[in-house]
Amino acid sequence: MLTWIAILVLAALSGLAFLMGRRKALASAGGSPAKMHSLPGYYGTYVALWVGVPAALLLFVSIMFGGRLEHALLTANQPPILHQLSAEQKELFFQDAQALAEGRQLSEAVYEPNMKVALDAKASEAKGYVNAFKQGTFALMGVLVLAGFLATFPRLNKDFRARNRVEGWVDGLLMACSIVAVVTTLGIILSLVWESLRFFSSVSPAEFLLGTHWSPQIGMRDDQVGSSGGFGALPLFAGTFLVMMIAMCVAGPVGLFSAIYLSEYAGPKARAVFKPLLEILAGVPTVVYGFFAALTVGPIFRQGFNSLGGLFLGGPLNELGLYLGQVQNQMALVAGVVMGIMLIPFVSSLSDDIINSVPQALRDGSYAMGATKSETVKKVVLPAALPGIAGAFLLAISRAIGETMIVTMAAGLQAKLTLNPLETVTTVTVQIVTLLTGDQEFDSPKTLAAFGLGLTLFAVTLVLNIVALRIVQKYREQYD
Amino acid sequence: MTPNGSSFSRSVMPMNRDDSASHEAATASAATSGPSVKIRARDINVFYGEKQALFDVAIDIPEKSVTSFIGPSGCGKSTFLRCMNRMNDTIPICRVTGAIEMDGEDVNDRSIDPVVLRARVGMVFQKPNPFPKSIYENVAYGPRIHGLATGKDELDAIVESSLRRAGLWDEVSDRLLQPGTGLSGGQQQRLVIARAIAVGPEVILMDEPCSALDPIATAKIEELIDELREQFCIVIVTHSMAQAARVSQRTAFFHMGRLVESGATDEIFTNPRDSRTQDYITGRFG
Repeated sequence: MLTWIAILVLAALSGLAFLMGRRKALASAGGSPAKMHSLPGYYGTYVALWVGVPAALLLFVSIMFGGRLEHALLTANQPPILHQLSAEQKELFFQDAQALAEGRQLSEAVYEPNMKVALDAKASEAKGYVNAFKQGTFALMGVLVLAGFLATFPRLNKDFRARNRVEGWVDGLLMACSIVAVVTTLGIILSLVWESLRFFSSVSPAEFLLGTHWSPQIGMRDDQVGSSGGFGALPLFAGTFLVMMIAMCVAGPVGLFSAIYLSEYAGPKARAVFKPLLEILAGVPTVVYGFFAALTVGPIFRQGFNSLGGLFLGGPLNELGLYLGQVQNQMALVAGVVMGIMLIPFVSSLSDDIINSVPQALRDGSYAMGATKSETVKKVVLPAALPGIAGAFLLAISRAIGETMIVTMAAGLQAKLTLNPLETVTTVTVQIVTLLTGDQEFDSPKTLAAFGLGLTLFAVTLVLNIVALRIVQKYREQYD
Repeated sequence: MTPNGSSFSRSVMPMNRDDSASHEAATASAATSGPSVKIRARDINVFYGEKQALFDVAIDIPEKSVTSFIGPSGCGKSTFLRCMNRMNDTIPICRVTGAIEMDGEDVNDRSIDPVVLRARVGMVFQKPNPFPKSIYENVAYGPRIHGLATGKDELDAIVESSLRRAGLWDEVSDRLLQPGTGLSGGQQQRLVIARAIAVGPEVILMDEPCSALDPIATAKIEELIDELREQFCIVIVTHSMAQAARVSQRTAFFHMGRLVESGATDEIFTNPRDSRTQDYITGRFG
């Protein structure tokens, strides 16, 4: 409640500062904006920013970290009665004390009478901290508001460069936003690395990367943690690779050829129709592709292979016929083909941009030599665009590796080390999903394995993306 | 329009193309003696969408000599140049009417394959545009797509002779496998000329070939043009009147999409008939 009042007061003070600043600056110019260095609003904004923003930041920080500070103070001296409790119970006790102090709901823990006394004592202590902390924050905010006002308001006159100062604030805001993005990414990487280190303390990296036996469920059992050989992720990497290769076999040629059609052959009318259609394809959610794969493509492929197998039965290829006869809905081929379809617009629009950026002068040069369109495309345009197209393919590969929904639904769950596209396989992303869905303890190797997989995936896609972007950039520089 | 009917009727016989050794003398005084006509254009109108870019252009371009097109920017000289090898076909909104006869055949005729035509009419562009391939591959490109060489040796020979004729051989013979884009601007432009020569064209069109080059590279290209004139019919678009005067035997002046005047270069420059030509070459507008 108090906090809300503080926010409102702060907003009102900023508004007031705006009006005062604007007025003073205008007055110093005799009421004529034309004589001022900046528009009147800039003077007001400048004062208002210095009045409002530092105090608001302080409030934000105190709300974010105040609870932790109180907690630290509260746990600093512990009454002797607590020594009998376990670490978790102690944690619960202090949380309840804070909850009691702030009037929140308590946990369901039951406290004995003498414990209850200690809890109440701690609660009143906590209340004291909270109030002191709040008052301290508000006082400091007041000081900041005043300081901000005094530091800026007296300096205002018609020649003050308020416009440039406000520009500095805009600069700072934009930078702060980009820092947020970078810091968040770093945080994710750090947590990934940290949890992976915990995982690798129970399973050796060599076993994880090169082992061929993946069965994390068995690894849960106490006598087998880390030593069961259940965390060999090689089959997952193989499965990921297999699905990715199939996807690229579909998306690569189809995407590239459609890009060539769109950029070199299609007239304006055809382009106006095809380009938006391809973009719609790019907008389909992957989960839709997933059940399209599982419910439509899967059965069609199975029936196709089963009846193909029927043709071989009894002949010299009887074995093959039997094998094809028992192929199931879920297989690497289905997941790969549908993923490839998903990637077509991605490959095609990237390649289209790259092909379009090949200078027209090269095409003219080739046509003027008496080359046909396809000769020009094949021998001049594509070689010129090749580095960029390679970059586009690498980006597509890194998307294929990270893709989750389609493989979850269509590839199966069995970790098999195989390159046969008709087998069910499982991928890194699918295993992360299965490891982390449902109720899990977050300190068993089983769940930590997800972080190990995640880190591996991250490393691979990061390298692919860096290489791809390098290639694309290098290529762009060549013609600009 | 100086050439008369009789000179044209002589030129329509393809076998007469490279008859005489006295072309220099003939072309220098084209107005009087009438050289054999390589390209004969009549009633050429070009439209970009609704906008008309060329109006009723008619000109005869003689064999084995250099004809230059001059005129202010946007006057249609490049457009007309691109009509001669049907490069305007690559611009969807462009429409060309009228007749351009090369050795008596209308290049716009349905029976003419523009791809084959362009092998006979080479083109060099304003900005050097070597392909992102090696020097060798740049020159070998045309012979390869047209199947002009049956073996590696033959191809090597074509590449060498083309580079020699373009005056580039001595500079690049030791680095044929390096990228053509790594050469200097002037070398690139000569590489592009070698590339055009390699398919054995009859006509070479040059669209401001020196506008992106420094004076020394320009001088080399001009020298080269002067040598090539002994083997090819060359048409050059230029903004430099000095260049037109230096390299060409005949000059045509375009203005606002119309061919104002054409004739022997020295006559155009010393004694223009049209006042607009006079104004342009004396620098009063342009």
